Amino acid sequence: MSNILEINHLTMKFGGLIAIDDVSFSVKKNSITSLIGPNGAGKTTVFNCITGFYKPTVGEILLNSKKQFNLERMNDFTIPQKAKVARTFQNIRLFPQMTVLENLIVAQHNKLMKASMYTLKGLVNAKSFLNAENEAKELAKYWLDKIKLTDRADIEAGNLPYGQQRKVEICRSMCTDPILLCLDEPAAGLNATESLELNSLLEFIKNEHKISILLIEHDMSVVMGISDKVVVLDYGKKIAEGMPSEVKGNPEVIKAYLGEE
Amino acid sequence: MEYFLQQLINSLTLGSIYGLIAIGYTMVYGIIGMINFAHGDVFMIGSFVSLIAMVLLGVGTGAFLPLALLIVLLAAILVTSVYGWTLERVAYRPLRGSFRLAALITALGASIFLQNFVQVSQGAKIKPIQPIIQGGFTFFENGSMVVSFSYLQIFIIIITVILLSIFSYIISKTPLGRSQRACEQDLTMSKLLGINVDRTISITFIIGASLASVAGMMFVLYYGVIDFFIGFLTGIKAFTAAVLGGIGSIPGAVIGGLLIGLIETFWSAYFTIEYKDVAVFGILVIVLIFRPYGILGKPEVEKV
Repeated sequence: MSNILEINHLTMKFGGLIAIDDVSFSVKKNSITSLIGPNGAGKTTVFNCITGFYKPTVGEILLNSKKQFNLERMNDFTIPQKAKVARTFQNIRLFPQMTVLENLIVAQHNKLMKASMYTLKGLVNAKSFLNAENEAKELAKYWLDKIKLTDRADIEAGNLPYGQQRKVEICRSMCTDPILLCLDEPAAGLNATESLELNSLLEFIKNEHKISILLIEHDMSVVMGISDKVVVLDYGKKIAEGMPSEVKGNPEVIKAYLGEE
Repeated sequence: MEYFLQQLINSLTLGSIYGLIAIGYTMVYGIIGMINFAHGDVFMIGSFVSLIAMVLLGVGTGAFLPLALLIVLLAAILVTSVYGWTLERVAYRPLRGSFRLAALITALGASIFLQNFVQVSQGAKIKPIQPIIQGGFTFFENGSMVVSFSYLQIFIIIITVILLSIFSYIISKTPLGRSQRACEQDLTMSKLLGINVDRTISITFIIGASLASVAGMMFVLYYGVIDFFIGFLTGIKAFTAAVLGGIGSIPGAVIGGLLIGLIETFWSAYFTIEYKDVAVFGILVIVLIFRPYGILGKPEVEKV
């Protein structure tokens, strides 16, 4: 079982509109897979199916961790909680009125709820709860250190510059202790330097934390730079799949992006 | 001067009761964006449960008053929380994600249901109770003017302060409070971080109901008379308090509650007691015109 995620014959219909049409692909363990395609190709719909926002019309989504999960049958919050899939959105969804540090600690909610016996121990400041809180803080600080934002831990997340919010968002997903990270256009709105930093952050996550990443991205410097595999969607159909270099030369892909002569 | 001081003490007591109820409105609004119009009736249920518990325990006749009151308090919190939880589970959760008007109509329906339920099961007559906590401190005796701070008022204010500090500790320091604040800001993202949003919302209703039940118990002790309809006016006033303080803001709810208490008491003291409700709602109108987001609420600014 070297595939962490297997999507088989996924079809999603909204009334008469077929948003995804019989798409199958897989994500290898400890790899970065990019999902690309023109606007409206159905990339985000695939993400919404994986993270339980949509129930697919047909098909199955299998996640292989210690045991196998059928993501299409699970409830929204159990997907991050039990199957350990984390996700970010195209737009930034940090909690703007919480501090950066709190954003990262909220992501460790389930761990802390257990440690505090559903808050009972938190009320009396029991030692085991304080230990768990400290551990959560340590983990948050570890990630802040990785993106060099340790000194900004206590400001409200909404006040950070855009590029830094993007990175904090990825770190927050990492704090949920995921095995699969689904990132929806993490490089959108980043400048060239920030994109490069994002690349190294993603590679760090893959190499050091052995986490698989599924990526939707339009920024080709990110896609071609770090992907192990690229899947191309167009009008809800998969039109190509393979190494970045193979996909780049594929006539179908060129047609989808640039049109026919 | 003495008269003014006395009214200040009275308004603080009344404001505490409004503040406790207003928190329930503001928390529910903050987290799911609906006005829980049945909250005033949850408060009324709380007062009835306290009254029943007091009668059953024979509070006031027995020897050990603080213990009896503590049992009444716990019973009120427990039973009323069950009502709050059930209300959310039965009336609101099935309609979550439906259009906003649906939730509002259900809330009004739930309110009418609870009122009629109590009317049928407890009767429509007013229920009086003998004063339980009597006596107090008297200071500034100046001729006919007396400023007194009764034990009951001290009890109400102290209980309010204790509850509010526990409550704000939960919100700011514990994982539960953190998840509540997260849900307030972004429900979808909270789900994606593995937070059980439904449970968090249930707990919000439970906390709101327990604070309201304590307010209900205080109401019974303070006024000594309740009926099935007290939840309406008190609830609307507490809602006014929540709007005045900035709906969605918890410190705002407390400040709003105190302000409403202040306005109501001073209007009755210096102007006409018949028009005290008019004064309160007049203030609401003025706030809605000039500062619709309330005292501590933040105006919604969309970044472009």
